[in-house]
Amino acid sequence: MADDKTRIDEATGTETTGHSWDGIEELNTPLPRWWLYCFYACIVFAAGYAVWYPAWPGATSGAVGGTLRDNVAVAIQEHAEGQSEWVDKIAAASLEEIRQDDQLLAFATSAGEAAFGVNCSQCHGAGAQGFVGYPNLNDDAWLWGGSLDDIYHTINHGVRNEDSDDTRWSEMPAFGDILEAPEVTDVANHVMALGGLEHDADAAARGAEIYLDNCAACHGEDGGGDPEQGAPRLNDAIWLFGGNYELISSQIKQPAHGVMPAWGLRLDDTTVKALTLYVHGLGGGS
Amino acid sequence: MTETSVPDEDGPLYSSRRKIHPKAVSGFFRRMKWQIMIVALAIYYLTPWIRWYRGEGQPDQAVLIDMANRRFYFFFIEIWPQEFYFVAGLLVMAGIGLFLVTSVVGRAWCGYFCPQTVWTDLFIHIERWVEGDRNAQIRLENAPWTAAKYRKRITKHGIWLMIAVLTGGAWVFYFADAPTLLRELLTLQAPFIAYASIAVLTFTTYALGGLMREQVCIYMCPWPRIQGAMLDENSLTVTYNDWRGEPRGKHRKSAAAASFGDCVDCNACVAVCPTGVDIREGQQIGCITCGLCIDACDKVMDKLDLAKGLISYSTLADYEASKAGAPQKSVMSAILKPRTAIYAVIWGGIGLAMIAALLVRDRLDASFEHVRNPPFIQLSDGSIRNGFDLKLSNMRLEPRMFEIALNGLPGAFMTRANSEAPPARDMRIQVPGNGTFEARVFVTIPGELAEDEGAFSFDVRDLSGTDAIAYDANFIAPE
Repeated sequence: MADDKTRIDEATGTETTGHSWDGIEELNTPLPRWWLYCFYACIVFAAGYAVWYPAWPGATSGAVGGTLRDNVAVAIQEHAEGQSEWVDKIAAASLEEIRQDDQLLAFATSAGEAAFGVNCSQCHGAGAQGFVGYPNLNDDAWLWGGSLDDIYHTINHGVRNEDSDDTRWSEMPAFGDILEAPEVTDVANHVMALGGLEHDADAAARGAEIYLDNCAACHGEDGGGDPEQGAPRLNDAIWLFGGNYELISSQIKQPAHGVMPAWGLRLDDTTVKALTLYVHGLGGGS
Repeated sequence: MTETSVPDEDGPLYSSRRKIHPKAVSGFFRRMKWQIMIVALAIYYLTPWIRWYRGEGQPDQAVLIDMANRRFYFFFIEIWPQEFYFVAGLLVMAGIGLFLVTSVVGRAWCGYFCPQTVWTDLFIHIERWVEGDRNAQIRLENAPWTAAKYRKRITKHGIWLMIAVLTGGAWVFYFADAPTLLRELLTLQAPFIAYASIAVLTFTTYALGGLMREQVCIYMCPWPRIQGAMLDENSLTVTYNDWRGEPRGKHRKSAAAASFGDCVDCNACVAVCPTGVDIREGQQIGCITCGLCIDACDKVMDKLDLAKGLISYSTLADYEASKAGAPQKSVMSAILKPRTAIYAVIWGGIGLAMIAALLVRDRLDASFEHVRNPPFIQLSDGSIRNGFDLKLSNMRLEPRMFEIALNGLPGAFMTRANSEAPPARDMRIQVPGNGTFEARVFVTIPGELAEDEGAFSFDVRDLSGTDAIAYDANFIAPE
């Protein structure tokens, strides 16, 4: 097929490769030089890349001595070091000291907001607005106290958490087993009267005495509640488990009890402090 | 023609570059180019070093683009990010300014002011200073690689690189306090981005000014093409008056000399051209209208006792008139035309509007963004509270005390997160000069909100001045 003789093709002025099939010859039109050099450069680059980075999973670890995962770990480490100045200050300062320092407070609040989004928003909501059974943290009603130290303690040790000795613990008896059904109705109406809800005045009057005997020890005679033992205030407009007759009487008969993890066992103290300041700054802190 | 970078129309699409060795020339346009170059380079290199006192704790650099703190300082003007339209306006003015200048004096930008022209010119002078003028350069180019050639080439590229480093170096001073950054740069403590910027600009200056030169104008820059579309018969261009010069001929004493025009075909106009074009071929994209060929030709005409202006700045209309023997129109005809007037009006209008905007612009900015999650909070006593994220910017350089007052919402009061101030219908906030204050402001209504009464405003005013803003907001309550 080939006579290996190259020549200049008359029609095009281009050199032939010397290949000829039945008189049909092949013109020699090589790839552009720049293209070829780029191609060679890619081959060289690929060889270097395969040596430099871990190219064969499990077999080579790469001359660079690490993976992208390691790079992320290093980046996180560097980030933490970059923040260490502030983190150390927060670790050293008391909650009140942080609250008085504008810069520290700004740092702690935004750190707390981030930690809240990751750890707390699942139950309390992204805006800390709460849901039925999960307290709203924006308002001024606090089951366990709304001061910086109270909030810090609650976050640290959780609510009804068996892993922490200092956890917030209260348990209202199931009055469905103690009181007769009409008595529950009466005391429910009394509670609604305390909270300023529409109620049956006669039933409420009958319920007053039952309330004093059974409920006032914890919730207070006037329904003011007691944060010391986690007894919710009843004479306000906020109802954790709902503010109507059905829900209130249900809560009297068979109370639901919320729980919260002891975050001190999961997060470092600086994060718990930051969360405390964020929650306290939502507007309801006392 | 003998030496041109512009590919022939019938030639190959890609042709390798023919190196240009422009010959030194003196004259009116050369002097003008020198003056403009000195002024332009001085502005570029020295501006970051001008100091401008703005008060304690404020940057004292006259021109500073402070990325980290999001401010642009220009002498007595401070631009905040939300006022970026001033910068956009300047860019629009620069664009229309180019149109205006092109409409009046042709490609003056290309020939005298464009950084590519200025730096290339500078690099050409360095080259000439090291290697000698055109002929010496061509001889050196073709000479074998001797020690002397190495020495000259290394010296030339060394000086080019030095200028390139200084050019990149000057650039970064616009973005940080110049004396501090210089100290950091020299002690290797400057941020990586500063070194990277200098490296990139060193490379571009060296490559564009030293190696690529006229190729940037001919192949890379879109402006010559746009300008080409903007020129008309009344635009000033560098024109070879062929009706006077042709037929050209060298041998003035030959028999044919009687029919010759004024052009002696000495090639001086081609030799001095920094983009290597032959102006005698007519107006072309490679011509940046720097006028050096006019200087060169005028000298030759002087020697030959012929009238100057065989190559001249003139309009196509003048060229046609002269050719026909008619008197030329005045220079004003190139300037006074509707297009020029329209550009001038637009340009001046934007300029005046910006000055007016600058004089009346607010030096106080406040926003109260309603907290959307949750939109309202019921408090234990039944009152309703809304949260607003306040951002209060004091755009003057001195600290100021502002008063925020509720306008509307009878009975409502304000509190501030993490503040112990008692609830009130107004509050005072001190904001540092050139700074922003941020806080969450709570507005609480003790009772029920009457229907259609949610609209109110936060009235912010400067207690010591006249700046005031009323920010409209809406109170949200459960239905």
